[in-house]
Amino acid sequence: MTRKKKSILSDQRFIVLLVVIILAGIFSILSKEFRQYTTLLSMLDFSYYDLLMAIGVTFPLITGGVDLSIGTGMVCYALIAGTMVRSHGCPVLVAMLLCVVLGVLIGLLNGVLIGVMNLPPFLATLCTCMITRGLGSLYSATPWPTLTQEGGWFHSIFKLTIGTGRSADRYPLGFLWMILLVLLMEFVLNHTKFGRYTIAIGSNKEAAALSGINVKFYHVMVYVVCGLFTGLASIAYAAVTPTVQPGTGAGLEMDAIGGVFVGGVAASGGYGSVLGTFVGIFVIMLLKTGLPYIGLQANWQQIITGIVLIVAVLIDILKEKKR
Amino acid sequence: MGEVILTMKDIDKSFPGVHALDHVNFEVKRGEVHALMGENGAGKSTLMKVLTGIYQKDSGSITYKGKEVAFHNTREAQDAGIVIVHQELNMVGDLTVAQNIFIGREPRKGFRIDDKKMIEDSKKLFQDLHIEIDPREKMNNLTVGKQQMCEIAKAISHKAEVIIFDEPSAALTEKEIADLFEIIKDLRSKNLGIVYISHRMDEIKVITDRVTVMRDGGYVGTLITAESTKEDIINMMVGRVIYEDPKQHSMVPPNAPVVLKVEHLNAGKMVQDVSFELRKGEILGFSGLMGAGRTETARALFGADPKESGKISIMGKDGQLHEVTINSPQDAVKYGIGYLSEDRRRYGCVVQKSVTENTTLATMEEFTSGLVIQKGKEKQVTEKYIQELATKTPSADQLVVNLSGGNQQKVVIAKWLTRNSEILIFDEPTRGIDVGAKNEIYKLMNRLAAEGKSIIMISSEMTEVLRMSDRIIIMCEGKVTGDIDISEATQESIMDKATRNIN
Repeated sequence: MTRKKKSILSDQRFIVLLVVIILAGIFSILSKEFRQYTTLLSMLDFSYYDLLMAIGVTFPLITGGVDLSIGTGMVCYALIAGTMVRSHGCPVLVAMLLCVVLGVLIGLLNGVLIGVMNLPPFLATLCTCMITRGLGSLYSATPWPTLTQEGGWFHSIFKLTIGTGRSADRYPLGFLWMILLVLLMEFVLNHTKFGRYTIAIGSNKEAAALSGINVKFYHVMVYVVCGLFTGLASIAYAAVTPTVQPGTGAGLEMDAIGGVFVGGVAASGGYGSVLGTFVGIFVIMLLKTGLPYIGLQANWQQIITGIVLIVAVLIDILKEKKR
Repeated sequence: MGEVILTMKDIDKSFPGVHALDHVNFEVKRGEVHALMGENGAGKSTLMKVLTGIYQKDSGSITYKGKEVAFHNTREAQDAGIVIVHQELNMVGDLTVAQNIFIGREPRKGFRIDDKKMIEDSKKLFQDLHIEIDPREKMNNLTVGKQQMCEIAKAISHKAEVIIFDEPSAALTEKEIADLFEIIKDLRSKNLGIVYISHRMDEIKVITDRVTVMRDGGYVGTLITAESTKEDIINMMVGRVIYEDPKQHSMVPPNAPVVLKVEHLNAGKMVQDVSFELRKGEILGFSGLMGAGRTETARALFGADPKESGKISIMGKDGQLHEVTINSPQDAVKYGIGYLSEDRRRYGCVVQKSVTENTTLATMEEFTSGLVIQKGKEKQVTEKYIQELATKTPSADQLVVNLSGGNQQKVVIAKWLTRNSEILIFDEPTRGIDVGAKNEIYKLMNRLAAEGKSIIMISSEMTEVLRMSDRIIIMCEGKVTGDIDISEATQESIMDKATRNIN
């Protein structure tokens, strides 16, 4: 059986999309507050950085690796950028660029450790996770407000506000960027050499190397791309978080990685899609946002997310068995 | 041969879309070695899986020691005395021999595992089999042959009365195979029933008493080995005649230029001072025992493993030999070398990906404009090679995992042809490939050589070496011990050189 000929119902991405719709339906029926436009707005606001991290980490996960440093990395870059703006009068645009550059650098470090020096991905990124957490705290010991005050152009990147005060119209402009990035990266995964080799490395690294592919280079690039998106995530994070707390960020990567697996990346690597990641993240976000509205607090959200993840991975394993 | 111990009658088994076993009959007597033969996919493994309870039969009956049985899992079959020695060894490398033999049923003394008893019992098992292995040795430190002996000892420790050997010789050296046969003969004399699955015709003649042949899930017939010829068996297997005559003389024109010259190549213990030349259009056979350093030489040449020293020269576009530096497979591919590994699933292709993706894997640059892959062009080239090589696949989108061994090999060949490789290294080109497809691969290799490609063929099968090679390099323990033209080569002369360093 080829993947292309499978019916839409056996496509995990479609199933996950149904889950998203069903979850949204359930929460809307059970809670009047959930049905508000502002709830949707705030859910989207807080989904951007998760989604950006998830897009990035999709690539290491497809190679059968992982990047645990994305959560602390994101907070670290946001802290450094915030400090640059507040204490050193650095222009916001430059600070944003800095976020991306820092992300790429840490991604490069991860990539070299894993792709060239052959450290296990779990171990290598656990180390950079610790390093970025320490680095962010070291550079700015106190909580830092984010890049600019509410309502500046920076925030409009993600939430376009027309008018002022309570009567202002707000549009989730960020969602548009997200869709464009998802489509771009889905294209990269399926239609470029980089994407093809990412999948080949995850599927059979040795065969790829013996085909004369520069496996080291592409393995490093996979983590650089992940770092790049972590940098972008830190911009989105700075845009929605009132203050960035030094030393935090650990654990944020779990939502992103969980979302990717819900979206159908093979647990053993070798297969995955960015579109899947996109819908997968919204399952996580809906649970995170919706459960408190029906009276289930954060702890429940963790438990239920865990269970959803087990089910998603089990489906993948059962599919693998069938083939 | 004694009484019948096991009878499988009218066994029928279907999977969705496949009639895997079509009313198959099979019986084993006490004190016989019964060969089960057939091309890949003929249903041998399925039949044995039905016997040992891995699959449940749809209809038919299994009679064992006079009673009808139906095992639900291998454990039940084991307890009844039917054991499989698998082709892939199921051993835990970091545990000792004794620990492996008694894994899952360790003798106990109170809460502790009784190591002493385990070691004593293992020693006794080995004594009975006339094998010398220290039960305290770690499994990883043993050769593949010795590991297999342990697997057999484990089988016997289950008080087995029927032992099934599933291609036991695939990874063994000639000497180890001889040892294995001694053990099998010994087991036969102890009145056990033995099922022997193998592709190697020579072995069947040597070791088995009867042969049952299967084809396409059906039962073809049972022969008494001593009364039948190799051709009889092959004809039953494939339903057509195949000739396996050795090549008489080299097909390479005497003035063919040298395209690859390797001088004094050193890479670890397995590659010592190896020198040879490969000419245009030549099939250069590499013969030798398992572990002679042939694959290691190929991998070092290809840049997959590091070299210590040596000079490699390759013919450039100007027709002259130029010294080249090959530090990685990328370099080798750049100079027009393609490597077809013996372990296709592990090193050859990305099995979970499509035929197309595998065909273009080494040549991505030619299929990208800017950054984007041109999928149309990719498919077009893939389809061209599917036709040219007669690859049996429903479409170019088919996942390689679903193809048979022979067709997977063709996909790998297509990969290197797409790359326009002039030098192809075939490492055990027909391992695990059934007789019919083997012939096709041979034809294909001959055609490639005739078209001017130069081929290095590493092979452990004497008939293959004699049939295909224009010239034969023989290696033993990391050194080249012979370099002979096909017209002078005989089995005896090759074996002599292949064992030259061994006392």
